[in-house]
Amino acid sequence: MADFFHNGWSIFIAVVTLAGILACGLLLWSQSKVKVKVGPDGNPLPVETTGHVWDGDLVENNNPLPRWWSIMFYLTIVFGIAYLVLFPGLGAMQGTLGWSQVGKYEQEMKAGEEQYGPIFAKYQAMPIQAVAQDPQARAIGERLFLNSCAQCHGSDAQGSKGFPNLTDNDWLYGGAPETVLASIREGRHGQMPSMAAAVGGDADVRNVANYVLSLSGSSHDPIKAVMGKTKFGACAACHSADGKGNQALGAPNLTDKTWLYGGGINNVMEAINKGRGNQMPAHKGILSEAKVHLLAAYVWGLSNKQNAVAGISASDAKTMGSLTGTGAAPAKQ
Amino acid sequence: METSPLKQYSQQEIEQSLYEVRKKIYPRALTGWFATWRWVLVWFTQIIFYGGPWLTWNDRQAVLFDLASRKFYIFGLVLWPQDFIYLAVLLVISALALFLFTAVGGRLFCGYACPQTVYTEIFMWVERKIEGERSARIRLDREPLSARKVTLKGAKHLVWGAIALWTGFTFVGYFTPIHLLAQELMQFALGPWETFWILFYGFATYGNAGWMREQVCKYMCPYARFQSAMFDKDTLTVTYDVTRGEPRGPRSKQVKPAEVGLGDCIDCGICVQVCPTGIDIREGLQYECIGCAACIDGCDQVMEKMNYPKGLIRYTTEHAMTNQLGKRDIWRRVFRTRTLVYFSILGAIVLTAATSLALRQPLKVDVIRDRGMPRVTDDGSVDNVYRLQMMNAEENPNRYVITVQGIDGATIISDSQIDVAAASTRAVPVRVRVPSGAAQPGSNRIKFIIQDTDNASVKITEKAVFLVPR
Repeated sequence: MADFFHNGWSIFIAVVTLAGILACGLLLWSQSKVKVKVGPDGNPLPVETTGHVWDGDLVENNNPLPRWWSIMFYLTIVFGIAYLVLFPGLGAMQGTLGWSQVGKYEQEMKAGEEQYGPIFAKYQAMPIQAVAQDPQARAIGERLFLNSCAQCHGSDAQGSKGFPNLTDNDWLYGGAPETVLASIREGRHGQMPSMAAAVGGDADVRNVANYVLSLSGSSHDPIKAVMGKTKFGACAACHSADGKGNQALGAPNLTDKTWLYGGGINNVMEAINKGRGNQMPAHKGILSEAKVHLLAAYVWGLSNKQNAVAGISASDAKTMGSLTGTGAAPAKQ
Repeated sequence: METSPLKQYSQQEIEQSLYEVRKKIYPRALTGWFATWRWVLVWFTQIIFYGGPWLTWNDRQAVLFDLASRKFYIFGLVLWPQDFIYLAVLLVISALALFLFTAVGGRLFCGYACPQTVYTEIFMWVERKIEGERSARIRLDREPLSARKVTLKGAKHLVWGAIALWTGFTFVGYFTPIHLLAQELMQFALGPWETFWILFYGFATYGNAGWMREQVCKYMCPYARFQSAMFDKDTLTVTYDVTRGEPRGPRSKQVKPAEVGLGDCIDCGICVQVCPTGIDIREGLQYECIGCAACIDGCDQVMEKMNYPKGLIRYTTEHAMTNQLGKRDIWRRVFRTRTLVYFSILGAIVLTAATSLALRQPLKVDVIRDRGMPRVTDDGSVDNVYRLQMMNAEENPNRYVITVQGIDGATIISDSQIDVAAASTRAVPVRVRVPSGAAQPGSNRIKFIIQDTDNASVKITEKAVFLVPR
């Protein structure tokens, strides 16, 4: 129990708590008798008033309280003590039921796992291509994607500057289902070192940049591009001699018009001068293996649209499917 | 304050418990105008309560509060968590209605419509059928335990328990579909929470209507306490006409009361015997009085037998008693500033709520723009991505079409036809493209218009911003 840095505090709290409960009980018991005046016949006199008068004629009678009310008061004390025995609350005492917040959390997670686990397990056993064609799986995948991936890749998975578009057929590391799965599970660390020194001076950087732009037919200065071509050897180690890139390294294809950091001379020069560093976190510790599998299928399905079914509802609930569940009255965990 | 004349003799004191055991009340059965009205309300409220969950609508339970999926079904209306304001409005309407009725007629709610009164009435009817009339019940309680007593008491509690459990079952049936609940009950397969709430509500009904009765009103109920604050001098309350009744005393039917120096009250004690809270109304208005008018019915019958005019105990106002007002004046004062203000506020809120419900769109949309920089494409046009959280509150699947307005040339380049299943939500990514130079750098206002393709009247406009990089 790390709540108290010294056991003395735990005892102190426990003593104060118990003394408080005891004092309440004693107060109730000691005040449960009242002196009443008796008449000459030995019977109590009729009820007196408290002596307060409002609005000229409104008085308060000093009537006795109902017996059941005081019994209920004692019962609350019994309840309080029983609670402190069963549950944590008395200093550092754990309670005999062994209840704890962490335990409760784990129990809830377990219940959730039991409820939803079979659904995920079903899809985990299927190959990724097959999962990608299952409408329900895609609906689940879409929700998972919006929760875990959309922050970087965008709600429609089309990415933005520095974050790859997942809906096209242009892959840094390859678009095979297993590769997508590996990307999500293990993460990716894309690194391009600064190549300014390798290609030469500032003029060389500009020339190489123009050459790179020429590969994809983007607007460029043809003379500078010709001069830059000789310096491209430094780049070819990763991007290959023809500039088609290398998916084993995650080196982008420079011959298409898909630019992770934007096209144009300035962006390309910036890449050569400063290099690029890029990291996608590994999700193996964040999402369960089954969810990673489902997400891989969803992402793979985004760029393999021939299987896509138009207009899938994001709710796999049938019209009143929820009504056939085991609803509970006021609370359902 | 006056003190009791006995006090001067007494200098003695004894010690006594501050708490007293409840003195059981044995209300006498009665018939009459107000008792009939109470039974009408018992039938009316309970037919609605017990019958409600068994009605069907659109192949589902007509009235169902589905907490698990957070939807309230009330006939054709499906309320979502976003409609929670209507619950607040309902509570406001209930509160104002209570103010209005209380200002006009005292504790009308307590006397005729409160569940505590209604179930007590039902339970007392059972008690009367099994144990007999008031005097028989008192005798039965006094006599020692016998086979007959055990049988009668046992039968009574058995019937009470059955009614109470049925009440609990019905209550839970508003939250779990009642046909399913009945099936589960037959198969002894009730869930733990369902079991708990059925028993809890059953026990509360049994305990409150069977055992606690008037003590709920006297010691527990908050409304009982603050309704007194809503009374004024023109509030109709159950009143004993002191000037006409006193001095009270028994007399023969043949004599005229005035000749023997008596008022109209013959001191028969009927008004005390019928009172469910055990008070004597002849001592004036007391906080225990729930305004059930049982004493009026009881007294009127006696007055009839005596050939005296009715209304020795009647609904009247403090003003009427002090200023000798007639019926017409009492009614005129019912429409006083206070009640008119209550009535107009109540009317305004009811009308507003009804209008709002009638105009309620069965579609809700939230627009959230994706964080991060907008994308500039090669030709200079700008894309912004939005997430539209669409909620179809209708019980059939719908197709919606999304359009965007506010910037010339703005188009939706993603799928703008969206299907949403019945009574469900869906988050849809929407990509809006604005041609180069059509919008100012920075933030621009745009509007999404979402329309049901089958029903032109279902149309929602949502504001959003479109960012253009500087």
